[in-house]
Amino acid sequence: MTDIQEAKKKASWDSPETRKNLARRQRSERLFRNIGLSAIIIALCMLATLLVSIAGKGYSAFVQTRFTIDITFSEEVIDPKGERDEEVLRAASYGSLVRDALRQEFPQVTSRRDLRPLFGIVSKGAAAQLREMVMENPDLIGQTLPVQLVASDDMDMFNKGFIDRNVVEEDRRVKDREIAWFDQLDQKGAVETVFNTDFFVSGDSREPEIAGIWGAMVGSFYTLMVTFFISFPIGVMTAIYLEEFAPQNKFTDIIEVNINNLAAVPSIVFGLLGLALFLNVAHLPRSAPVVGGLTLALMTLPTIIIAARAAIRAVPDSIRQGALGLGASPQQTAFHHVLPLSMPGILTGTIIGLSQALGETAPLLMIGMVAFIVDIPGGFTDPATVLPVQIFLWADSPERAFVEKTSGAILVLLGFLIFMNALAVLLRKKFERRW
Amino acid sequence: MLAEVQPPETSEHPAIISAKEVSVYYSDKKALNAVSLDIGENQITSLIGPSGCGKSTFLRCLNRMNDTVPGCRVEGKITLDGHDIYASSVDEVLLRARVGMVFQKPNPFPKSIYDNVAYGPRIHGLAKNKDELDDIVLTSLEKAGLLKEVRDRLNATGTGLSGGQQQRLCIARALAVQPDIILMDEPCSALDPIATAKVEELIEELRENYTIIIVTHSMQQAARISQKTAFFHLGEIVEVGDTEQLFTSPSDERTQGYITGRFG
Ligand SMILES: Nc1ncnc2c1ncn2[C@@H]1O[C@H](COP(=O)(O)OP(=O)(O)OP(=O)(O)O)[C@@H](O)[C@H]1O
Ligand SMILES: [Mg+2]
Repeated sequence: MTDIQEAKKKASWDSPETRKNLARRQRSERLFRNIGLSAIIIALCMLATLLVSIAGKGYSAFVQTRFTIDITFSEEVIDPKGERDEEVLRAASYGSLVRDALRQEFPQVTSRRDLRPLFGIVSKGAAAQLREMVMENPDLIGQTLPVQLVASDDMDMFNKGFIDRNVVEEDRRVKDREIAWFDQLDQKGAVETVFNTDFFVSGDSREPEIAGIWGAMVGSFYTLMVTFFISFPIGVMTAIYLEEFAPQNKFTDIIEVNINNLAAVPSIVFGLLGLALFLNVAHLPRSAPVVGGLTLALMTLPTIIIAARAAIRAVPDSIRQGALGLGASPQQTAFHHVLPLSMPGILTGTIIGLSQALGETAPLLMIGMVAFIVDIPGGFTDPATVLPVQIFLWADSPERAFVEKTSGAILVLLGFLIFMNALAVLLRKKFERRW
Repeated sequence: MLAEVQPPETSEHPAIISAKEVSVYYSDKKALNAVSLDIGENQITSLIGPSGCGKSTFLRCLNRMNDTVPGCRVEGKITLDGHDIYASSVDEVLLRARVGMVFQKPNPFPKSIYDNVAYGPRIHGLAKNKDELDDIVLTSLEKAGLLKEVRDRLNATGTGLSGGQQQRLCIARALAVQPDIILMDEPCSALDPIATAKVEELIEELRENYTIIIVTHSMQQAARISQKTAFFHLGEIVEVGDTEQLFTSPSDERTQGYITGRFG
């Protein structure tokens, strides 16, 4: 007894021992704080590096080089019979309009050897550009007016400074004579760098200068719609059943363990499952958003179920008891009270699951969504690709100009992901409840 | 022993609820052991006893809230107006509309005050139109003594009220379903003395039209508001009788010990 009291006295505030202990504790707390802080700083640095490098490479994808060239919409070439028949207008050789215009612009070029590269300074999409103009407004026929033609990818790269004119000619994709033509146009003020609407409104193309991500965006949209409408109701119903109605027994335990494991299964396995189930057994169309959506729904389901269960579990039992005590049936309790109260959490989980699905590539490769698709998908069964797969495809393309497209598409994808996650945060903030 | 503590039959308060030999098990653990109790109509019956003695368990038997507890099993017979409430023909959801419940912690729904009170009538279809519903909500709030305080903010959320107001809102919510019996599990334990006094006053007023069974840890509260008191101990009813008699001259020494503060 006295020993203890004595020991207590010694361990009072001021004893050297206490001070030593205190110093040690404070040191370890400082150390821990610093470690945590540096971890965050390192993470932020990495994120910043990533963003800066992607943005640095990708921002140029959002602008496009155009040459303003006088085009003569000659009636002879477009519509020799003068009937203005749509079919005739569509089938006309607009390429020759472009070629004629270029010959006029550069009268000094005459040899066959030089003409080919000359015609190559504008994009192969230029003809289509003219066709569209004429189809929209047939009155153009017979007129001559300046048109901004999309430059070829090499000219575009040169204009954006990715090709250095000081490099020896053999090592340079853009040859001296092309640079001369460019300079000639530039002196005239005919070279313009404009916002690249093509990038946002057109589908994929073999020509990088006119390749766009709209097709992939629409494909992603349809795919995510399918994913959402399959996985959300099923996931929420499963969660409600498991949390509110299912008896606690071995069987539900097994289901629970399996759902948790499913969330950890590599996504490519879901792709294989989709391939076996939806393509080989159900014979759904290949490369279609419906199959991609179903496959991603399989992958997203566990995420939604787990998030929804957590949200449902977070609803205090007193609310359930209050409702039951008033004579609400278990079903009314679940749907009138528990579900609305857990909805913010469920939606947050769903959006996180969907943004995972939006960024997913591997399972879609398994079900053939990796095809080169030019047309904008018009529905759930049209062949389509999605944003991350588009990035994958472009990253795989050899042309220099696809590098910036890849980064540009990544930026767009990141934009969507940030938007979705911000939405999730917003929803959570907005509907946060006090009990 | 149980036979001798049967309450004296009072002619003016015929038993509306009668529990006979009720035993409750949570999984294998026995929480109530052969409890018998008659509850008189339009009376306030208080259940007292040390923590864990089974008061809440018994209360939850009376509106079958125990059915929602996994692993809980009820034996014995409980009749309401002579009908066995555990009979297979009885729907527990309808039973709970007749036997309302107010909980220890005020648990208003995170909705408007109006919707809190209107919820019960809505799910039971008690109002034919909006006017009738308004009427039920206002009378219930009035009966719960809350109307004055919330009349001009019926659309404010119920969780924004003070603790005592929330508890009265929960009482109003229970009243709106027009039950015959109201079970209250320590309704004042989370409230300050002033709010407690208000709720107590309200309970006394409600006695005219309702049968009230209240669990309380406050002997003074039991003495103040109830006509009959049952003392629970270790899952059994040790003594039950008129409140005044039980508090002044308890016949069992455990009751004596509890009310004089020697244990519990
Ligand atoms: N859901 C449950 N599952 C398992 N055991 C329970 C459950 N609820 C109560 N019990 C047990 O039953 C016994 C009686 O509990 P009860 O809640 O009825 O006590 P009480 O008299 O209301 O106590 P208190 O005054 O503290 O509220 C206790 O031993 C408790 O541990
Ligand atoms: Mg209790």
